This record gives sequence, structure tokens and C-alpha cells, in this order.
Amino acid sequence: MKRFLKIGLAVGMLSSTLLAQESIKIGFVGTLSGANAAWGTSNVRSMETSADIYNKNGGVEIAGKKYKVEIVPFDDAFDPKIAVAGMEKMAQEGIKYVVGPNDDAQAIAVKPIAERNKIVYFPYAFDKSLYVKPANYAVFGMIASYQWEPSVYKWLKDNKDVKSVAFIAANAADPLNQRDNGIKIAQDLGLKVVEAKATYKADTRDFFSVITPIIKKKPDLLVLSGVSPATAPLIIKTARQLGFKGYMAAGTALDASILKEGAGDAANGFICQGGADASIQSEKMEKWVEHYTNKYGEYNDESNTKVFALEYILAVLKSNPKAINDADEFLKTVDSGWSAPNLFFKDENAKLKFVGKTTFGQNRQLGVPLTPKIYKDGKFETLFVGQAD
Amino acid sequence: MEQILLNGLITGAQYALIALGLTLIFSLMSILNFAHGQMYVLGAFVTYYVYGKLGLPFIVAIIASGLTLALIGAIFEKYLFNTVLKRSVREESSMLLAAGTAFFLDSLILIVFGEKQRSVPALVDGVFFGEDYGIDLIIPYNRIVIGLIAIVLIVSFILFMQYSKPGRAMRALAQDKTASQLMGVDLDKYSLFGFALGAMLAGVAGSLLVTITGVNSGIGGGISIQAFTMIMIGGAGVISGAILGGFILGLVEAFGLYYLPGDVTYLTIFVCLMIFLTLRPQGLMGKPWG
Repeated sequence: MKRFLKIGLAVGMLSSTLLAQESIKIGFVGTLSGANAAWGTSNVRSMETSADIYNKNGGVEIAGKKYKVEIVPFDDAFDPKIAVAGMEKMAQEGIKYVVGPNDDAQAIAVKPIAERNKIVYFPYAFDKSLYVKPANYAVFGMIASYQWEPSVYKWLKDNKDVKSVAFIAANAADPLNQRDNGIKIAQDLGLKVVEAKATYKADTRDFFSVITPIIKKKPDLLVLSGVSPATAPLIIKTARQLGFKGYMAAGTALDASILKEGAGDAANGFICQGGADASIQSEKMEKWVEHYTNKYGEYNDESNTKVFALEYILAVLKSNPKAINDADEFLKTVDSGWSAPNLFFKDENAKLKFVGKTTFGQNRQLGVPLTPKIYKDGKFETLFVGQAD
Repeated sequence: MEQILLNGLITGAQYALIALGLTLIFSLMSILNFAHGQMYVLGAFVTYYVYGKLGLPFIVAIIASGLTLALIGAIFEKYLFNTVLKRSVREESSMLLAAGTAFFLDSLILIVFGEKQRSVPALVDGVFFGEDYGIDLIIPYNRIVIGLIAIVLIVSFILFMQYSKPGRAMRALAQDKTASQLMGVDLDKYSLFGFALGAMLAGVAGSLLVTITGVNSGIGGGISIQAFTMIMIGGAGVISGAILGGFILGLVEAFGLYYLPGDVTYLTIFVCLMIFLTLRPQGLMGKPWG
């Protein structure tokens, strides 16, 4: 009887300790439904995978105390109005760090709420006004197409004799913005822009009529500005079916398995943006991918980019525990030239650090690698590794 | 020009197939089935697994998609729509129910099938290059095959509605419910059958088009809007109108997308639709029954 009482007491104490364990809540506001659900879903799944790994090991240790990592997701359904409601919910819950939103319109919409409530948020939106002063609380979560494209276009020009380029974009804020930036970059590099105005409705499924007139202009390179994971294979396949032999590229991160299934061999040679690709990832990253795959049944290559935001937040909190409930403390660390080891890469000298001074005038970007990837037979290969500064 | 015409006709045949199911349900029960696009998506996912993943013949997949959606349609009609229509005299009730089922299916599809874009191999590989024959035309054989299957299915549906007993019963109900009931037509039975048939058509359309456009969990809403546009052009509740609406939308899209920037095409289509509906609210083919 005594033994049972002891065990009961121990179990009770353990559960009360676990229940009493404080948690760090990290929010997510992004698209988890609709045609672009793949973007937000890979985001949340990346965050939950990391949280799982931390929590399995007792939580994240900050100033000698272990905190449970809790992810609070909110689906903005790719709608700026709903994104605003999401950010307000985060503010009401006292959450200081939010990953997302996934697109310009939503990120711009939530900006005043984040600024007013001093929430540091990590959009995957390319609009520079989010990161340039007087804006202060947004930290760009990836590499922008306008940082990625100059090196890729130059590489194609120098190595593949690309001379002319055509652009196609969905008629939405982010893709159009990316297209306009891309056109300027191409022109600056001396490439001839043979198509600059082609757009399609964001929910277009059949691209035959959209692509036909572009292909007739015979560009060497077709750029899919801001293309969504669901749309990319459709455009690639259609372009190839129409006899397009040139190169295709997109400044966004995509998933190899979606390209394989949707476009097959037609996607061979397609160039897009990536993160911690197989060629540069460490054992820790490999285990992370394995955990993600076991948890959700299949991996999404977009998560190579989405793995970083949560890791950066927690690493800064470890460095500056005052930032747990104070976003200004967080930004103080960001502005101090902070860095920490980046354990996701093989390179032992790789660092987590904030960048963006060149592009935004302040360190409001995660220092994720610039890794153009080329699709070949169901997999991505890294073309070269660079870094935004 | 040949290219644009052929693009428009092939797309139109596929569109017509989508619109048929929607118009059938509307003509029988006056229900605007906002979940039609989600039913299309479900049909596409069934084909994705049966044909794409299990590797069974496409004919098996198309039958599986059709039957699955027929069953879902029958369940929806029997346990939801029929009940609501009997208990509520307000048309808004069935509309709200339809919108609710659309949201429900959207969430369910996302949970069950995930967020990724899914695709299946084409039925036929290869592309027809008209240049070799002096014609300005490029068209994948798969699109031609799918267009032809869609036309065969549309013709079969028309023949079924025209000459079969259930088809005649459903037409009678659509023309005049009271009179047809007095003549011995079982309203409950044929409403159930009609709803299942309409859902089946959505599933079959999804099954066919997944070979061209693939499918993902978020496309249902857009497809419903397209289907509504078609039946408004042709005349809601009129089968010939749905077919005509499908072909008109397919052709206008093909010409617009060739000559105009992407969204200007749709802007033009919707402006024209608004003007057209103010002049002829019943659509091109009016409403021959009911």
C-alpha cells in the first residue's frame, strides 16, 4: 500500500511539475487553407517539429530554466483581413514572437498591430517597406527574389548563354512586386525582356491559353515570379508541352516531390530558391528532416527554408533572457551584431546571424543561405551557396 | 486562331461537364450547391489515389470517383438538404446549408489529403505539333482525349435525361413538381437520385481534369464560382444552358487570355456577365421548365 502511495505521490509530483512548467508561446499567422496552404503548412509543421524535439528533451533552456515550446497557429486563409484578426489574437494572448504571414498583402496588413503591440514577426513577404525604417518589428524570414535573382540571372547569362527573359506572375501583390523587381534586375544585367506583362488569375489551373503567347516569343529564360507550389508544376509542364526548350526559374522555395509528381521530367533544369539542402546540411538537420517526415508522413522541401525562424527566436532568447516578454530587448540583441552557432549546417563555422543592412539599411533579415537549386530527376541539387548581407 | 479555338473548345467541354451537375441539382431542388467545387476536388483526389497511387486503370478511377461522389451526394441529400427543405420554407436555409457543406468539405479535404498539389500521369503522352502539317497548332494528346471523353459523357448524359425513365421523371419534376407528383413521380426518390447524379458529375469532372491540372485541397471555391458563372450565362437549371455556358466560358477565356493580360480577361467576363444578366436575367436558354 505504501509503495502504491509513494508511486502515486511521485507521479502526482511529476505531473504537477510538468503542468507547472512554464511555456514560451510562439505564434504563427499564415495561410493554412486554400490554394496556397502548402506555404503556411510547411511553416507550422517546421515549427511544431522543432517544438517537439525541444519538448521531448524537457524544453528549451533559458537562463538555467527549462521552458516548454508552445506553437499557437492561426490560419489567415491568405486574406489580409483575417491576418489582422490573427495578429490581434496573438497580441491579446500576450505573444511577443510570431512567424508569418506568408505574403505581402497580409504582412503589410498586420504591420500596425505588430508595431503597436511590440510583437516581433517574421514574414515571408518581400515588400521592402516592412523591413526598412521606420518599420522596426518585422524580420524577413528568407532570401528575397531580388537578392537571389541577380546572382542566378548572371550565372545563367555567363554559363548558359541566356540572353532573353520572359516573366509571368499571378495577379497578386507579392508576385507582381517580385516580377517588377525581376524585370529591373534582368535589364540591369543586359538581358532582353521579351515579356513583362503576362499575368494570370491566382486560382488558374489550366495554363495552356496563358502560356501559349509567351512561348511564341521564344525567351531563353522564363521566370515564374512569386509562383505558388501548386501552380509551378502546371506552368512548367505546359511550357514544355508547348515546346519551350529554355530555362525556367522562380525566386521562391518549392518542393521537389510536388514538381516530380506534377511536371515529371519537364521540371528537369528548373531553378528555384532553397535553404539547408542535402549537400550542406548537418546530421542535426538530417535528424530534424527525419522527425518531420515521421510526424507528418512526408517531407516538404520548402521547410528547408522554414526551419530557421523558430531556431533564431529561441537562440536570441537564450542569449538575452529578458527578451522572453520584451520584444524591444530582442531587437536590442538583433541590433548588437549578435551571432550563434548554426548547427543545421555541416560547416562548423556557420552562424545564425541577422543580416539585411545592404538591402534594408538595418539587420532585419535572418541570415539564411542563398542556395539556388536546380531540379533533376526528382531531387534538388545546389547550384552554389551564397549569403545576403 | 486555330490554337485559340481548339483551346477554347477543349476547355469548354470540360467546363460544361462541371456545370451540368450543378444545374441538375438546381433544376430539381432549387439548391445552389456551393459545395460543387469541393465535390469536384474529392473526385479528383479519389482518382489520384486509384489511378495515380494504386496504378489501377483510369476507367476504374473514373468509376470510383463517380460512385464515391454519388454516395456522398446521396447522403448529403437524404440527411441534410431534404431534411432542411422539408422543415424550412426559406430558401436561405438551403443556401446556408450548401455554404456550410462547402466549408466542411474544404476542411475535411485538407485534413485528409493534405496541402500539397497532387498530380497523376497523363492518359496519353505526347504532343501534336501542327507545324509539321502546316497548321499553327500545338496540343497535347492528353487534352484531346480528355476533351473527347468529356463530350462523350455530356452526350450520354443528355441521352439519359432525354430517353430514360429516371431522366424523364427528373425533367418532369424540374418543370412542375406538383403536376409530376400527381402523375406518380416520387419526389423524394428522384431528388435523391438527381442530387447523387449531380455530385457524381462533379466527381467525374474532377477525375478527368486531374490528369491535366492536378488537384490541391484549396481549389474547390474557385471551381464553384466558375460553375456558377457558366450556369448563369446559359440559364440556371437548364441543361442545354449549362453546356452552352461551359463552351462560351471556355472560348471567351481562351481568346481573352491570348489577347489580354490574365486578370483583365476575367474582369471583362464578369463585367459582360453583369451587363448581360441585367438584360436577360434568365440566361441565354431561359428556363424551359419549372
